[in-house]
Amino acid sequence: MSDVVIRAEGLGKKYLIGHQAERERYVALRDVVGRTAKGLLRSAKDMIRGRQLVAGDEVEEIWALKDVSFEIRRGEVVGIIGRNGAGKSTLLKILSRITEPSAGRVEIRGRVASLLEVGTGFHPELTGRENIYLNGAILGMTRAEIRRKFDEIVDFAGVEKFLDTPVKRYSSGMYVRLAFAVAAHLEPEILVVDEVLAVGDAEFQKKCLGKMGEVARGGRTVLFVTHNMGAITHLCNSAFLLQGGSLTFGGSAATAISRYLRHAQTNFVATFAPNPQKPSIIKISIDPDALADGDLSVAIAFQSPVELRSVVGGVVIRSATGSPVWGSNPRFHRDKSVVGRGNSGVLTCHAAKLPIAPGQYYLSAWLGDWQHDFDCKHDALFFSVDEKQFGNRPSSELIGYLEWPGEWQCQVTSDPASTMTTTAISIA
Amino acid sequence: MSINSSESLAADSTDAVAAEGGAARAVPHSAPTPSTPSERLLILEPGRAERNYWSDLWHYRELFAVLAWRDVAVRYKQTVIGVAWAVVRPLLTMIVFTIIFGRVAKLPSDGGVPYPVLVFAGMLPWFLFSTILAEASNSLITNANLISKVYFPRLIVPASTGVVALVDFLINLVILFGIMALYGFAPNWQIVFLPAFIVLAVLASLGPALYITALNVKYRDFRYVIPFLVQFGLYVSPVGFSSAVVPEEWRFWYSINPVVGVIDGFRWCLLGGESPLYVPGFLVSLGVIMFFLWFGIRYFRRTERAFADLI
Repeated sequence: MSDVVIRAEGLGKKYLIGHQAERERYVALRDVVGRTAKGLLRSAKDMIRGRQLVAGDEVEEIWALKDVSFEIRRGEVVGIIGRNGAGKSTLLKILSRITEPSAGRVEIRGRVASLLEVGTGFHPELTGRENIYLNGAILGMTRAEIRRKFDEIVDFAGVEKFLDTPVKRYSSGMYVRLAFAVAAHLEPEILVVDEVLAVGDAEFQKKCLGKMGEVARGGRTVLFVTHNMGAITHLCNSAFLLQGGSLTFGGSAATAISRYLRHAQTNFVATFAPNPQKPSIIKISIDPDALADGDLSVAIAFQSPVELRSVVGGVVIRSATGSPVWGSNPRFHRDKSVVGRGNSGVLTCHAAKLPIAPGQYYLSAWLGDWQHDFDCKHDALFFSVDEKQFGNRPSSELIGYLEWPGEWQCQVTSDPASTMTTTAISIA
Repeated sequence: MSINSSESLAADSTDAVAAEGGAARAVPHSAPTPSTPSERLLILEPGRAERNYWSDLWHYRELFAVLAWRDVAVRYKQTVIGVAWAVVRPLLTMIVFTIIFGRVAKLPSDGGVPYPVLVFAGMLPWFLFSTILAEASNSLITNANLISKVYFPRLIVPASTGVVALVDFLINLVILFGIMALYGFAPNWQIVFLPAFIVLAVLASLGPALYITALNVKYRDFRYVIPFLVQFGLYVSPVGFSSAVVPEEWRFWYSINPVVGVIDGFRWCLLGGESPLYVPGFLVSLGVIMFFLWFGIRYFRRTERAFADLI
């Protein structure tokens, strides 16, 4: 009981949003004046009653978070996943006391530091040194604490030479590094982190993840929101799944992720507006029937303002957690036979019995010719490969995305070492 | 504010939420005892006023200092003559006021006080008041990025802007002493009360500023109200003239303007008894100041938890 550091009961957060009513196509000045006057009258009324002003003609209540209850124990590292608008950030904002809940109750034991943004409060006119103190104080560090860790922070950020330069002269990379360095040296009992891993380059993200892992191993309680499922599997012992403002699952990270992915919408067709300036992809589709049989069949429709001499298409499949799994493009295979010619057309790609593991995948499509890249639609489609039979397959994050069973044999012998040469694992 | 009133505040707003959402529950006053004294139990609930609001504020004093320091530092960065700006503005205003009220309108000074000294002694508290009012009223909006990303008692933001105004004030005070020396005018023993009146001037501006800055978050219209109010206030307050020129029967009512009490107090301190303090009027001003302060803090605290949603 005593090691529960955060307990939430029936937590809810309500927001008011306004809608603009449908507008007529042709408006008369009379209507506009009338509407403006009406709007003005309504705002004046709201203001007198001390209510919040909401733009638009109709006001609707939305519960960004509804009836969320959970407990988090000391030292737990909890990932929060869910689609955009599921209420993840709202939950973090409530826990870090930025906004108050509209319903329910939270009990928190210990000092909470929240990192909802890298470099909050950085002032461009101030120097790096000054900003370290400023940002540190904003994040809740005392002056003594910052002074003690100052060298460490500067070292981590690698900005020794520019300490007395205003940060507005920093490159964006330096800026982010400095900002994260300050945040990384926070030592609260409870750390609340929003999608800060999404900024910066790959190296920076790696550094962030490393630091997060360190914090997690340090026995502190961490809550963090991310879309990077890989980070969740690596760092978290448990995860919450938020859907439409409610907590639909809280438990093991792997289960939460698989549930999240199961509920993610699959789409087999995507259409795009053609680009009048250059050749572009206008439609991508996957044949669901072929998929059910284990074949991947992709069609890419393209359109071009000029005649294309040697159109080539390409596809890449990425796992739901973002790792590339497979890609194909005649350019890679140096297969010149499939080259098309014309202003518009459809490129198809058929991969029979593609050995990918059951799970969810994104498909990106590319259009080009032998020299140029014309268009690319990243993660345009989202599809799932169903499990053929009920099995005990661990998460693909652990064992990989290829579903290609090895052929196993077992030979019982008294002298295993010398029989080794004859025992082979053959691949079917 | 006493603990009593803050609790009644909590009860008030909880009722309001309960009536609205129907989901909130009453606030139990006995929280479970925390396991270790070092780990404070924090309870977040709709409409719950912080019970240790003021100790929390004290806990964040370093942030207050840092924010105030930031505002001071930023103010004079990339300015050519820097601090001189704080000198030029009141000096020019003083000259204009001395000419208009002293020479053109031929208003009398207090006793034997030279007119420029009279004007400057009135302008000191006025600039302190109006700068805090103007800066603090916009402070939440200008610090919107902080408000929406980090928690701290929001009162720190408007309060820290007061420090910048105080720095300017101290520069002006030095100028005043210079002018007084120039005219060979020495202050009397009353000057020891000056710190008390400085505090009074800050409190006088903070009350309305807190109210307006909280309103400003909700309704941006107040951004336009402030410059007007400040301009208007300069003429209805006894800055360019002595409040002794106000007819006797009106002086009491004139003191409803809280700045009147502050300016009179300043002149009483600085001009060494040459401008006597009109006590009933001063008490009225004091009352108004305290009312606004209480009202401002109360409104601010009641709305501060929603700032992040509205900003």
